[in-house]
Amino acid sequence: MGRGLIWAAGVLVAAFLLAPILAILPLSFSAGSFLFYPLPGLSLRWYRDFFGSDFWLPALWNSLVIGGAAAGLATVLGVPAAFALWRLRGALRAVVLGVVLAPMVVPVIVVAVALLLAFGPVGLVATHAGMIVAHAALGVPFVVVTVLASLEGFDAVQLRAAAACGAGPVRAFLRVCLPQIAPGVAAGAVFAFATSLDEVVVALFIAGPAQRTLPRQMFAGLNDTISLTTAAAAAMLVVVSVVLLLVVGWLRRRAPG
Amino acid sequence: MFRRTMLNGTLAAAALPVVARAQGRDLTVVSWGGAYQDAQREVFFRPFQQQMRTRLLEETWDGGIGVLRSRIASGANTWDVVQVESEELLIGAEEGLFEPMDWAAIGGRDAYMPEAVNDHGVGAILYSFIIAYDRARMAQGPENWADFFDTAKFPGKRGMRRGPKTTLEMALLADGVQPLRVYSTLATPAGVDRAFRKLDSIKADLAWFERGAQPPQWLASGEVAMTVAYNGRIAAANATDGRNFAITWTNNLFTLDSWVIMKGSPNRARALEFLKFVGQPEVQAGLPPRIPYGVTAVGANGRLTSAVLAQLPTAPANIATALQINDRFWLDNLDRLTQRFNTWVSR
Amino acid sequence: MRASPRLASALLTAPLLLFLMLSFVAPIGAFLWRAVSDTEVAPVLPRTIAALAAWDGTVAPDEAAFAALVEDLRAARERDRAGGAGGIARAASRLNADRPGFRGLLPMTARRVEAPFEGPARAAVLAISEEWGDAETWGAIRRAGGPLSSFHVLAALDLRQDAAGRVRAVPEDQRVFGTVLARSLWISLLVTGACLALGWPLAWLIATTRGWAGTLLLGAVLLPFWISLVVRTAAWMVLLQREGVVNAALGGLGIGPLPLMMNRFAVVLAMVHILLPFMVLPLVAAFRGLDPALPRAAASLGAPPWRVFRRVTLPLCLPGIAAGCILVFIQALGFYVTPALLGGPSDQMLAWFVGFYATRSVNWGLAAALSLLLLVAVGVCVALYGRLAGFRRPGAA
Repeated sequence: MGRGLIWAAGVLVAAFLLAPILAILPLSFSAGSFLFYPLPGLSLRWYRDFFGSDFWLPALWNSLVIGGAAAGLATVLGVPAAFALWRLRGALRAVVLGVVLAPMVVPVIVVAVALLLAFGPVGLVATHAGMIVAHAALGVPFVVVTVLASLEGFDAVQLRAAAACGAGPVRAFLRVCLPQIAPGVAAGAVFAFATSLDEVVVALFIAGPAQRTLPRQMFAGLNDTISLTTAAAAAMLVVVSVVLLLVVGWLRRRAPG
Repeated sequence: MFRRTMLNGTLAAAALPVVARAQGRDLTVVSWGGAYQDAQREVFFRPFQQQMRTRLLEETWDGGIGVLRSRIASGANTWDVVQVESEELLIGAEEGLFEPMDWAAIGGRDAYMPEAVNDHGVGAILYSFIIAYDRARMAQGPENWADFFDTAKFPGKRGMRRGPKTTLEMALLADGVQPLRVYSTLATPAGVDRAFRKLDSIKADLAWFERGAQPPQWLASGEVAMTVAYNGRIAAANATDGRNFAITWTNNLFTLDSWVIMKGSPNRARALEFLKFVGQPEVQAGLPPRIPYGVTAVGANGRLTSAVLAQLPTAPANIATALQINDRFWLDNLDRLTQRFNTWVSR
Repeated sequence: MRASPRLASALLTAPLLLFLMLSFVAPIGAFLWRAVSDTEVAPVLPRTIAALAAWDGTVAPDEAAFAALVEDLRAARERDRAGGAGGIARAASRLNADRPGFRGLLPMTARRVEAPFEGPARAAVLAISEEWGDAETWGAIRRAGGPLSSFHVLAALDLRQDAAGRVRAVPEDQRVFGTVLARSLWISLLVTGACLALGWPLAWLIATTRGWAGTLLLGAVLLPFWISLVVRTAAWMVLLQREGVVNAALGGLGIGPLPLMMNRFAVVLAMVHILLPFMVLPLVAAFRGLDPALPRAAASLGAPPWRVFRRVTLPLCLPGIAAGCILVFIQALGFYVTPALLGGPSDQMLAWFVGFYATRSVNWGLAAALSLLLLVAVGVCVALYGRLAGFRRPGAA
C-alpha cells in the first residue's frame, strides 16, 4: 500500500477529530444567533450573555470549586496509596489495585444511580460535599496510575540511604521521594481535575441547582434551546482543556527518567 | 504530618453528611424550562427574591409522576415547590407525595377560580396542546388531527410528546373518534389498540419531545414539519424570536397545571410564602402578556388587554372545540398505558 | 516501616480504601444487591406469603390465603397509620412492577377490607376487585415473597416466572431488553470497528513520522481527548442540526436538508469521534514497540506485502490492537449522554434504561438488574484486557 494513501487517510482522520471542535468555536463570536456559516458579523455578545446570566457564571465557579476540591482529595488519598502499591507485590497488590482502578471501568451511570440511592438518606444529594466525594472517587485512579508511573523512575535505594542517615520513613518520603515524583503527583491532580471538569452523568443525578457544574449546565442548555451562549461556554471549556493538556505536557517533560 | 493530613481528610469525609444536613437548603422551585420558565423568572422568581430578600433556586423537569415517586421514595428529594400536571396532582396527592395545601396561608380558596383549588395543590396556568407549523415553510397547514396523521397530504416529520397522555387522545381524534367519546373509547382495550394502530401508521415520521421548549425549536430549525406544542411557547416564539408559526386550535387538548409542595420539604413555610406571592392577581397578570397561558387568581383576567385575552386557551374561539384532558381517566390508567407506550416507543 | 513493610503499606492504602469503600464500593454493592433482593412485600404480607407457600399456582388460592391477606392488610393499615411508614405503598409499588395495576389495587383493597364484614374473606375480597380471582395476581405476591428473588434479573432478560413457577419469555409486545441489550452491543461493536478502521492509519503515521508532523498529528489526537465529552457532543449537535453547519454547506451544493440528528447515524458518528483517541493511543504504543527490522526481514525473504502484514506485523501488534478495541468497547457500552442528546428513542442504550428505571419509574430492582447486565459485559471485557495488557491504561500512564 502506498505511503501516500496512508498519509491521506491519516490526515483525513485527524481532520475528523479536530473539525467539529474547530467548527463551533468561531460561531461563539457570531453577531447573529444562527448555528451556521457565514457569520453575519463578529461580536462578543454571547460571552456577555455568558457572564451576565444567572446560571453560567455560578456553573463555572461550581466546576472550579468541585474540581479543585475533588482533585485535592483524590491526591491526598491517592499519593500514599500509590507509594504503598509501588512496594507491594503479588495478590494483595492485584486486589488493592483492582479496587482503586474500578472507578475507571464501572459505567458511570451505575455509579450515578448507586450514589443517588446511597447519598439520599444521608443528606449528601444536592450538596457540594456529595459532588466532591463522588468526583474524588472517579479521579483517584488517575492519580494512582500517574504517580505509580512516575515512581517507576524512582530508585528505592535512595530511601534506604535516607534511612541509614537517620531519617524516619515519613521524613524520607517527604524529603527524598516526593520532590522527585512531584511532577507526576501534579499531573495526577490535573488528571483528577480534568475528570471532574468533564463529568456530567453523576452531576445529572446527584447535583442540585446550587451544584450545577459547567458541563451539567451545558447539558441542560442542549436539552432546552441550543443558543450560542452554549457555544461560548463550550469555547471556554475548550480553552481550559487546552491549558490542562499543556500543563500535563510540561509536567511530563519534567518527570524523572 | 502526612499521616495527620490523611487522618484529617478521613475525619472530614466521615463528618460530611452531618455538616451537609445541618446546612439549610434554599427554596427550590421546579418548572418546565424554556420560554415559559423565562417568563416565570421575570414575573415571579426575580420579584419574589427581591421583595423577600431570599434566594430561590430554579430547577427544570420534564414531568412524570415516577420522577416524584423516586424522589420521595429514595429519600433524595431536594425539590420544594413543583409545577405538576393535573393527573400528577391527583396521583401524588393519593400516594402522599405532596404536603397538604395550606389555603389560609396563600390567600384562601376564594381567591382562586374553582378549578384551581385542590387539597394538595393550587392551579398555576391553563393551557392547551395544539398543532403548530411554520407558515414560512408551509402556507397551508394541517387543519385538524386527521391532517396531522396524514403524511401523504403533509409530508415530513411530526413532533409529539413522549408519553401516552395526549398522544393517545390525538390518535383517536385523528381516527375519527368524536371528542366526547375519546375517553370512553380509550377505556376499552380495543380503543387503546386502535390508538396504537393509528400511531403505528406514522411511527417512522414521529419525533418525540420531552421538554416543552423543543417543539418551537424543532419548528424553527425545520426538524419537523408540524408538531404538537403548548400554545404559549408557540406564541412566545412568534413574539420574541420573530417567527411566523401558526396554531391550529381544532380539538385542542385543554388542561391546567398546579403548584404543589413536596412531602417533607424543610422549606414549607417559605414555599407557602412563594405561592402566596405568585397567587396575587396583580403579579399573575404579568404572565399572559409574556406567554399566553391563562392564570388562576380571581381578578387577574380583569387586568389583561383584549388582545392578550384573545390569545389565551380560554378565549371563546379557542375553547369551542377543545377537549378537556380527563384527569380521572389518567389517574386510573397512567401507569398501565405508560408502560405499554414505553415498550412500544423503545422498540 | 522497618518493623513491617506490609503494615506500612496497609496504613498508607487504608485511607484510600476506606474512602472508596464508603463512596464507591458500598453504594454500588448496595445498589446491585437490589437486583436480587426482594424485601418490600414480605413485611406487609407475611401471612399471605406463608399461606401461598404450598399453593400450586394454577387457579386462585383457597379461603386461607384470602383470610391471610385480609389480616395482613388490616395490620399493615394500622402500622402505616401509627408510624406513617407507607409500607403498603412500597409493597404496591414493587408488585406493580410485576403486574401493572397493583399500585392501585393493593391500597384500595386495604382501605376496603378494614371495615369488618360477615362471611368468607374470599367473597368479600373478590367483591372489591375481580383481579383477586386471577392466579397471576397471587403469583405476583408469591414471587415477591423474598428475601431473594430472580424476578428483576429475569425481567431484565425479558423473562418471567408464571404463578406455577415456570420461567417463560414475556409476551412479544412487552419484550424490550433483549432488543436494548442487542442494540447496545451492536452500537458498541460498530463504534469499535469504525475506530479501528479510522485509527489504524492515523496511529501508523504518528508512530512512524518523526519531527513536527508527527507531533502535530499526535496533538490532533490528544486535544479532543482532553476536551469535555459534553462539548464534543454539543459540537456534533451544532453541526448536524437541520439548520446546522453541515446542512447549510450541503444546501450550498443543492443537497438536503438531510435529517442528520436524532438517529443512529448521529449517535455512532459522535461516539466514534469521542472514543477514537482511546483506540489511537494504544495503537501508537503498539506500532512504536514494533521492531521495523522484522517486517523488512520478512519482505527481503520474498514475502509479499499482504503476507508480511498478516504473518508478521499483525501478530506482533495484536495485544495493542486488542487493548484499544476492548478499551473502546467497554466505554461505548456504558454511554449515556451522547445517545440521550443525539439519538431518538430507538437509539438509547442500556445506560439510558438504568437511568430511566431509577429516576422516572420507581423500579430500582430493574435498574439494578440492568446495571448487573452492564457490569457483567464490562467485567468480561476487563478480564480480557487484564490478560492482554495488565491493568494499565495507556492513555493515562
